[in-house]
Amino acid sequence: MVERQSPLEPAPLEPELRTGSHGDFEHGIEVILSETRPGSILQLAAWRGQEKELIAGIRNVTGLTPPDGAGAGSTDGVRSVFGFAPRKFTVVDEAEGLASAFAGVVTPAVGTVTDLSHGRTAIRIAGPKAEWVLAKFFAIDFALPAFPVGAGRSTMHHDVFAQIQRTGADQFDIYVFRSFARSFWKALCHASEEVGYEVQ
Amino acid sequence: MLITCPYCGPRDVIEFTYQGDGNRERPQPASQDLDAWNAYVYDRLNPAGDHNEIWQHSGGCRAHLRVVRNTLTHEISSVAFTRGHHKVAARHKAEGKI
Ligand SMILES: [Zn+2]
Repeated sequence: MVERQSPLEPAPLEPELRTGSHGDFEHGIEVILSETRPGSILQLAAWRGQEKELIAGIRNVTGLTPPDGAGAGSTDGVRSVFGFAPRKFTVVDEAEGLASAFAGVVTPAVGTVTDLSHGRTAIRIAGPKAEWVLAKFFAIDFALPAFPVGAGRSTMHHDVFAQIQRTGADQFDIYVFRSFARSFWKALCHASEEVGYEVQ
Repeated sequence: MLITCPYCGPRDVIEFTYQGDGNRERPQPASQDLDAWNAYVYDRLNPAGDHNEIWQHSGGCRAHLRVVRNTLTHEISSVAFTRGHHKVAARHKAEGKI
């Protein structure tokens, strides 16, 4: 695999990209930002009538079963899956090579596998104010009953398309286009300033 | 204005792209019926009231949707995936919506 470089490497005049505490952290740190750098980010799509086959394939390869329903998903901390559109799923693995694991499973008769590992940047926001900060960005309901753990949402922030998976009660993984990741990250930092944030 | 996507649920209109009048019927690609092509390209009902429209949830699940929107009030009375939209259109016609 080609070695990847993060689009979030700090430059000398960009302190908010550096690890450490930022913003109003004297009153406590209520948000933690990090780049999770998964090895594999895939988009799987099933042809009409092949969705059950595709879900069985996801279960075989990852051990995860996306629950029924629009936007439903699950995570085990290493691998994650969620639906983001009719018959389409995002599947993420800490390790590289997930696309080849799916090659013999999602056959051309079942659907398609698109490897986005180099095209998306995964940003994690965690902490008691994660929901609150994200609610400033996206016009969707982040409350736990409306957006349960494991579930995914496709939405956007100022025309930057984002897929968001809730991976914990107060933790979200956001997948954005790599080329927008730096500006998105900075906006997220600025939005987190007033609650105090830590970059890990 | 909120559009309730059948996949994503209620979302702000900013996530959607208008794809035009949903009443148009595209002639077969090989058709040489100039009147039919002219009607497809230019003729619009422009109603003051319920209007059949195609929208794409471009900032979400990217599905194409058939939406009935009231052009006077912006009230949205129906949203469905475009697949099978002829059936939906037939129902709306039967209900006197278009
Ligand atoms: Zn949608």
